[in-house]
Amino acid sequence: MFKIVEKCTLAPGVHQYEVEAPLVAKGARPGNFVVVRTSETGERIPLTIAGHNRETGTITLVVQEVGKSTMEMGMLEVGDYFKDVAGPLGQATRIEKVGTVVAVAGGIGVAPVLPQIRAHKAIGNHVISIVGARTRDLLVLRDEVEKFSDEVIWATDDGSLGYHGFVSGALEELIGSGQKIDEVIAIGPVRMMQAVADVTRKHNIPTTVSLNAIMVDGTGMCGCCRVTVDGEVKFSCVDGPEFDGHKVDFDELVSRQGFFRDKEQIARERFEADRGGCKCHAK
Amino acid sequence: MSRKIVDRTEMPKQSPEARRTNFSEVALGLDPELARREAERCIQCKTRPCTTGCPVEVDIPEFVALIAEGKYDEAAAKIKEKNSLPAICGRVCPQESQCESLCTLGRKYEPVAIGALERFAADWASKRAVEKREACAGDVDSDLQCGCEQKVCELDSRGCAPTSDSAASAARVAVIGTGPAGLTCAADLALKGYKVDMFESLHDTGGVLRYGIPEFRLPKSIVDEEVEYVRSLGVRIFTNVVVGLTLDLREMLESGQYQAAFIATGAGLPYFLGIPGENLNGVYSANEFLTRVNLMKAYMFPQYDTPVNIGSKVAVVGAGNVAMDSARTSLRLGAEEVKIVYRRSRAEMPARLEEIENAEEEGVEMMLLANPVRIISDGCGKVSGMECIRMELGEPDASGRRRPVPVEGSEFILDVDTVIVAVGQGPNPLLTERTKGLELNRKGNIEVRDECGATSIPGVWAGGDIVTGAATVISAMGAGKRAARGIDEWIRSRF
Ligand SMILES: Cc1cc2nc3c(=O)[nH]c(=O)nc-3n(C[C@H](O)[C@H](O)[C@H](O)COP(=O)(O)OP(=O)(O)OC[C@H]3O[C@@H](n4cnc5c(N)ncnc54)[C@H](O)[C@@H]3O)c2cc1C
Ligand SMILES: Cc1cc2nc3c(=O)[nH]c(=O)nc-3n(C[C@H](O)[C@H](O)[C@H](O)COP(=O)(O)OP(=O)(O)OC[C@H]3O[C@@H](n4cnc5c(N)ncnc54)[C@H](O)[C@@H]3O)c2cc1C
Ligand code: SF4
Ligand code: SF4
Ligand code: FES
Repeated sequence: MFKIVEKCTLAPGVHQYEVEAPLVAKGARPGNFVVVRTSETGERIPLTIAGHNRETGTITLVVQEVGKSTMEMGMLEVGDYFKDVAGPLGQATRIEKVGTVVAVAGGIGVAPVLPQIRAHKAIGNHVISIVGARTRDLLVLRDEVEKFSDEVIWATDDGSLGYHGFVSGALEELIGSGQKIDEVIAIGPVRMMQAVADVTRKHNIPTTVSLNAIMVDGTGMCGCCRVTVDGEVKFSCVDGPEFDGHKVDFDELVSRQGFFRDKEQIARERFEADRGGCKCHAK
Repeated sequence: MSRKIVDRTEMPKQSPEARRTNFSEVALGLDPELARREAERCIQCKTRPCTTGCPVEVDIPEFVALIAEGKYDEAAAKIKEKNSLPAICGRVCPQESQCESLCTLGRKYEPVAIGALERFAADWASKRAVEKREACAGDVDSDLQCGCEQKVCELDSRGCAPTSDSAASAARVAVIGTGPAGLTCAADLALKGYKVDMFESLHDTGGVLRYGIPEFRLPKSIVDEEVEYVRSLGVRIFTNVVVGLTLDLREMLESGQYQAAFIATGAGLPYFLGIPGENLNGVYSANEFLTRVNLMKAYMFPQYDTPVNIGSKVAVVGAGNVAMDSARTSLRLGAEEVKIVYRRSRAEMPARLEEIENAEEEGVEMMLLANPVRIISDGCGKVSGMECIRMELGEPDASGRRRPVPVEGSEFILDVDTVIVAVGQGPNPLLTERTKGLELNRKGNIEVRDECGATSIPGVWAGGDIVTGAATVISAMGAGKRAARGIDEWIRSRF
């Protein structure tokens, strides 16, 4: 049992947790994730470690409610427990001193990007963050982003803050302005990461993306998380989750993410009915 | 020869029609009358050929004789002297190629149903143990005095009280993996007086016994019971710990926290075919499919959250136990047609005979001498068919089996919407690759230096599927037992 010692709601349906998991905190590195189960009947859900504290033995998780399991997590409060937390899983991010790194984050992708920009800054890279969301209220963790970046470009689809449009557009503009960029990291929805990779491919900028394939065990045992990278099949939980964005078969990933959609909808509807309709997070 | 010896007792089973719609156990077990009748068939050979066929050398004639005398608890105790998981082995051992294959009766008639008898004795004893425990629980202030635990253990004869032995009790041993190899090693070490901690990467124990072998062949309540027994010996079990990631094995030893370790991480890396279309939706590895259904209980979706999709026409590639389990699970989830696609012939199918027969009775079709070439998409990322090619058997290969060779121009398309790949598992490298100095062979299995499973790292033993490649429950248990012996000797010689 893994106790929740802090919780705050960053935006409607987006929660941040501090969870006691000393062994995970001890070994965690940027890019690692954990597999979490909320209850005895729950699914195994992968979540990126958005921060860790070796002294307190806690890790930070940021969860966006998208379906039954994440909604159930949303109902957990301080003092409640996650039934299972296993990790740290996956390969750690390769952090090298390269010069200027642009971190592009879409939506909740900002949480997993934080440990990475922090590490890049610590090693002496110039960090430019481009963070986007649909609208201004959904831009979460803004103080933290400011703190670990040398420059920040905010972007909103509706133009309510910063650049009006997608993060890929903001990146294109930045490159157009003559900014020298040595490396790009992109975390967020698959189509966003694909758009970023399309932009950087034209300019030959090395780009790492973090893939959120469906997982079961997260330890290389089931092969559910397989993705095609450079024509080769990889297990994203052990070979990734980060891969060269110019070589990932994004269409296949999107298709595989949708395989259980019908069942996920049944689970969500049942859950919402049980809890008396979804009042709090109406879109 | 009397009739008695001629006719082997068949274990009652759920009817094929009934069982293909449920996940309850297929084989129902013998009742005392049937068990005694079967036990009486044994002619008590002086040379005991059957015991040499058993990897842990269960005293077969002795326990069978006890059943014939109606001494069922004693029979169970006899088995447990050698085999700590008889309820499991009685169910899943490939008896026809082990103990029963050497039974004298088998030369002229049918061999004694050793597995069925083993299961009977184990189930009898555990039922009695539960009854005793319940009877005691009813007693008002019996908590401390009644000593029922002890009685249960006497029956068990697994020896409940760990010996108080100072060399042993000062030492702590880490066992990595809670499959049959790990459980057996941990139990034996605890009985020798060691403090044992087990580490498991998943959220639940049992290894393949839990996530691989389905409920209808091995009820999970039996696995629970065995794990509880190991816990009752004082063994601590830590789930959600991936050794290699969460903890570092060398650090565990070098810090002095553990004096020795046993690696029993199994063969948890699914192989795929490497053919086009394998990443389409509707293609599963058997590991994924079975883990969803067994460990995550997807067959009870939506009470349990993990989903599994099964189409109406399923092809399972491979013909081992894993393939049979996948095929029979598919039927139970509602698939209409299920085919086993295998590139060799019936004689080479590696699955247990009983499971092949069960599968066929339930309606699984065997498509032999056929091999998949590619999986076809419906245009939207989902499986809509599988192209196969006919095979014929050529010269014997390295394994001694005739090598299947494709028949040119014999391609055909199988109409399927789900493909389950069950062509074997390799060693999962998470721990082995991260443990410096651990010698592996070409395939990635751990190299051991003696029959107890000592590895290239002093103080570290290994056994089960991680050493041998995918094998059997009983051979994994045998390895766990031998490692416990090796560890015990090593610690005694040093501390
Ligand atoms: C390495 C990795 C790191 C992640 N980090 C975070 C994070 O830090 N914060 C966060 O909010 N989300 C993160 N996710 C995504 C998160 O795991 C999914 O949102 C969650 O599993 C959805 O479950 P659900 O029951 O709420 O939704 P569902 O209704 O079940 O599914 C919604 C969508 O989520 C995806 N999904 C479903 N089940 C799984 C699964 N078992 N594994 C992966 N994806 C699944 C599918 O694409 C599905 O269409 C991460 C995913 C991966 C693979
Ligand atoms: C579907 C299926 C059906 C089978 N049917 C039969 C049968 O009928 N009869 C028979 O005799 N055999 C059968 N087998 C084979 C048999 O189950 C295995 O040979 C046996 O379970 C091997 O035991 P083990 O202890 O070596 O490994 P496993 O049972 O594989 O257990 C290994 C355990 O270690 C854990 N682990 C792995 N890596 C780590 C790590 N880094 N840190 C912590 N824990 C870790 C795993 O999660 C797992 O729990 C079957 C196998 C399968 C898959
Ligand atoms: S353990 Fe297996 S091989 Fe040995 S006697 Fe029992 S059923 Fe036969
Ligand atoms: S070989 Fe068969 S008949 Fe002989 S002792 Fe063993 S089980 Fe009995
Ligand atoms: S999630 Fe099972 S292998 Fe990656």
